[in-house]
Amino acid sequence: MSPQPLNRLQIAWRAANDITDGMLVNLGLGMPVAVADYVRPEMDVFIQSENGVIGVGPAAPPDQVDSDLVDAGSRRVTLRPGGSFVDSSWSFAMIRGGHIDVAILGAFEVASNGDLANWDMRLPNKGPLIGGAMDLAACARSVWVLMEHVTRQGAPRLLNRCTLPLTALHCVTRVYTDLAVIDVTADGMLVREMIDGLSAQDLRDRTEAPLNFAPDCRTLTAPAIALPDEPR
Amino acid sequence: MSIDKRVNTAADAIADVRDGAVVLISGFGGAGFPNELIRALRDRAPKDMTLVVNSATHRYSLTHELLEAGLVRKMICTTARGRGKEPTAFERLWMAGKIELECIPQGTFTERIRAGGAGIPAFYTPVGLGTEIAQGKEMRRIKDRDYILEYALSGDLALIRADTADHYGNLSFRYAQMNFGPVMATAATLVVAEVRAVLDEPIPHDRVGLSGVYVDRVVEASK
Repeated sequence: MSPQPLNRLQIAWRAANDITDGMLVNLGLGMPVAVADYVRPEMDVFIQSENGVIGVGPAAPPDQVDSDLVDAGSRRVTLRPGGSFVDSSWSFAMIRGGHIDVAILGAFEVASNGDLANWDMRLPNKGPLIGGAMDLAACARSVWVLMEHVTRQGAPRLLNRCTLPLTALHCVTRVYTDLAVIDVTADGMLVREMIDGLSAQDLRDRTEAPLNFAPDCRTLTAPAIALPDEPR
Repeated sequence: MSIDKRVNTAADAIADVRDGAVVLISGFGGAGFPNELIRALRDRAPKDMTLVVNSATHRYSLTHELLEAGLVRKMICTTARGRGKEPTAFERLWMAGKIELECIPQGTFTERIRAGGAGIPAFYTPVGLGTEIAQGKEMRRIKDRDYILEYALSGDLALIRADTADHYGNLSFRYAQMNFGPVMATAATLVVAEVRAVLDEPIPHDRVGLSGVYVDRVVEASK
């Protein structure tokens, strides 16, 4: 049987498994937002959004939508018990002051030294979008990245050096892809988990950065989770 | 009473804005956009404005009307990318070289405005270090880390949105509506707040989200 890469929601599920009780977490746009759906409800995990919402809950059901209760991605959300609001100045004091335990971000590229590129693909006809990414990447205590292991064209995204404009230097601590879970250490990238049926050489073939494998490297598994646009 | 900051219409509230004004506009994630004031500003039509606004292009904001009317010379923002495939009003002007863009990290954006309102001329931050943002900026090593110098930002006019106001200019906010409103209100010469309701009685002291000290005019939104 050929190896089964994780889908986007399964990657989010895997990252959510590493969130521990009491954490203050910021979730970036795209794949990271889905992490919230897989945090175990019995845990007190507070999700901070850059627009000043602390304790973002699930998306609001249609009969509870309030246009003033939104997250930084303009989603109409609910607030969990214990949640609160602050203005942008306090919100970024929280981010820049090192109060966020983990920022979970999307990325275009990650380098073996932890450099991150996630804000500008240099697309024609599109303006730049920095938002809070540089603040989060530079100042959160940990930065986890969720990404597809390779581009749609099959090119590696875990590189020796980023080629796209940088978001921050030496900031990424862990990478979750559809193929593997990789720590970024002082000695480079260390594979902690890898999907079944993939060899170390298979993973190296899809990765430009040098890879070390943890002695206790485990199988990366996730429950079946259908993407919303896929037939069940 | 000697203090009464209530103004009847959005047009009256911004009538004395001049060409070349630096205008700060609140709003983020769909909440807190002072859209009636933005439309009144478009109708007033001062030229060569610099806008200081989180998104150059947010779909719930009417900022695009100022852009389409050709009133904006420069945009200082943290995001300038539209969501759709078609370029936004801002992106069209920017690609045509008809508008200047300063796109900066959101925490730096907020802190520059906070500094502008708090008498701080500049500050050091690690955000942007090693990126395009740091190019040409003064750097300094403090203890064991490098920082870049960022300068304060203030303006001629701030347009903000709140839930309620009283005649002292005190404001209350709902949920995530606050965002950039309070900090922008500290950093502009003239501060105008658009609110859902102007109250007859003062807002209870411990419900005031922004002191009227920072607010010059309040106007009730028509809807």
